[in-house]
Amino acid sequence: MSESAIDRSKMTISDEVAVQITNMNKWYGQFHVLRDVNMTVMKGERIVICGPSGSGKSTLIRCINRLEEHQAGQIIVDGTELTNDLKNIDKVRSEVGMVFQHFNLFPHLTILENCTLAPIWVRKVPKKEAEETAMHFLHKVKIPEQANKYPGQLSGGQQQRVAIARSLCMKPRIMLFDEPTSALDPEMIKEVLDTMISLAEEGMTMLCVTHEMGFAQAVANRVVFMDQGQIVEQNEPVEFFRNPQSERTKLFLSQILGH
Amino acid sequence: MTDQLTFVRNQMLPPQEPPIREAGVVKWLRENLFSGPLNTILSVVGFAIILWLAANIIPWLLHSVWNANSLGECRQIIAATWGEGATGACWAMVRERWHQYLFGFYPMDMYWRPTSAFFLMFVALAPVLYNNLPRKMIWFTAVYPALAFWLLWGGSVWSPVVAMLGFVVMGGVFTLLKDRLGVPLSAGIGFVAAAFWWLVLQGPLASAIHSVLPIGLTSVDSDQFGGFLLSIVIGVTAISASLPMGLLLALGRQSDMLLVRTLSVGFIEFIRGVPLITLLFTASLLLQYFLPPETNFDIILRVIILVTFFAAAYIAEVIRGGLAALPRGQYEAADALGLDYWQAQRLIVMPQALKISIPGIVSSFIGLFKDTTLVAFVGLMDPLKGITQVVRSDINWKGIYWEPYLFAGAIFFLICFGMSRYSMWLERKLKTDHR
Repeated sequence: MSESAIDRSKMTISDEVAVQITNMNKWYGQFHVLRDVNMTVMKGERIVICGPSGSGKSTLIRCINRLEEHQAGQIIVDGTELTNDLKNIDKVRSEVGMVFQHFNLFPHLTILENCTLAPIWVRKVPKKEAEETAMHFLHKVKIPEQANKYPGQLSGGQQQRVAIARSLCMKPRIMLFDEPTSALDPEMIKEVLDTMISLAEEGMTMLCVTHEMGFAQAVANRVVFMDQGQIVEQNEPVEFFRNPQSERTKLFLSQILGH
Repeated sequence: MTDQLTFVRNQMLPPQEPPIREAGVVKWLRENLFSGPLNTILSVVGFAIILWLAANIIPWLLHSVWNANSLGECRQIIAATWGEGATGACWAMVRERWHQYLFGFYPMDMYWRPTSAFFLMFVALAPVLYNNLPRKMIWFTAVYPALAFWLLWGGSVWSPVVAMLGFVVMGGVFTLLKDRLGVPLSAGIGFVAAAFWWLVLQGPLASAIHSVLPIGLTSVDSDQFGGFLLSIVIGVTAISASLPMGLLLALGRQSDMLLVRTLSVGFIEFIRGVPLITLLFTASLLLQYFLPPETNFDIILRVIILVTFFAAAYIAEVIRGGLAALPRGQYEAADALGLDYWQAQRLIVMPQALKISIPGIVSSFIGLFKDTTLVAFVGLMDPLKGITQVVRSDINWKGIYWEPYLFAGAIFFLICFGMSRYSMWLERKLKTDHR
């Protein structure tokens, strides 16, 4: 994907804070997965998080919508602090969309029902309106004709696009992507990335764990490199790829770009 | 010849028909029955056994006698028609006593009551079993338990009506408190309110209304129930009650709350660790010691409660298997969309877990239904042992052996086979994963 084709006109970053993470720590039993993570995400930012496997990058974004609980420090999402208060958690979750590596569509529901379920039950939107919204977003991810099929009848790339549409139906302010293309065949990666690019072009705040460095260069305004549960380096993408500072980053980049 | 190192396909191959296999009976026989020495021997032995069984059973069935007044008369007719030493089935017993197999000692002039309850049961079950029927029918399903109770046991119509109002009280309290106190707590308070209604208000209220508006049917005592009437009453009630109870136990067993989890695990393990007969004896004997002496706690109701507990413990474990088979991603996706616990359970988790558990759940139901014959051990008249004993104690039918068991067995088979076919149909219908 060439950078010139991408419309950056709407990709403006406001000075409003979307996510604020301060001194956040997390353990799995004795294992210290996230160590003193500090990160501020502004509204409209497109952040790509990369790093070797086990570096805690997925865990980090899963903490942002409380799929994982952090044990120390503070996470504030859109002005709401994540604590044990279930009300806050539900509020944050309904405003933060998430796309998973394995899509996690609901196999017993049609594509349309997958997309309307949360708006109807969480947002209490009337069924008809929810269906209209769902069809709008299915058009956007270019699969309106699949609306009445079941997830099992779709290809991986189509399923992932449905998963994106399903998240968008909740009209989220922030989108989290957890390795959205890692489980896809090479031929299908592009269609998912294109969908994500068009989302970025509309000014969506995005945090994306991915190894798609082309995507990072084209869309991200910031690349975060993590290792051993810590943020090792972050920079704007051109500098990050051309001139990495730390040895770990250099090693990582040489390994993923080297072949 | 050297292998080509470069190759370019200029023409893509069109799909072709698969090769037609050589067909024919001989080929089928050779492949399936006589494919080797061992298979040939097994086939021959198998055929011999089938022939031997058929040679014994078919004449017995062919010599059936339908019109006779006693076993002795049956034997005379068989000997007269087919010669001395011939054997034959004496279905005359069924012809004379079928009503006892179906209704036990239920008063004959009131057979219309259990019969109409039986047929109305299908109307009540229909909207539960088939989701393409009008949803309004579910209201009939909701009132059916009270209606069936009244038809079967008779008495004042107001007792079941007031009892059903207890559920209305429970639902009302629950909806009033749900938003303020959360689902589990308000459900608990609703249950307590309903229990108060049933234990304290039920009796006086029902008799008060009855004294003003006396509508009722002749009472029939529980000890007059018997045969398939008894089996179906116990089986259907326990089946419908054990599914929701098993579901709650399965969820309780996975709960993060220590007390709920401990109670669920304790209940399931205790009930599964004890034979059903022990529980039935508990129902018939022990409960009487613990309850206040003047309480008249119906024996059928007691048996139903313990059979329900028994089935619920098994169903809870079957459903737990279904829950374990769901990928974690399903829970995470539900969470990430902002669904709360009960919404996620109802909309995402249970539809899939129950679908996976259908074969196991239906097996439990079939087992439960057949286990209803065990009530013979607490003196109730089940169709297999109880009624057969009654029939054999008649001097005319003394010594009849196979026919009662075959007759009762055939009815059990029909019902259980029906359940099994329904479950297979349901599995096919709900199959949406296209794996």
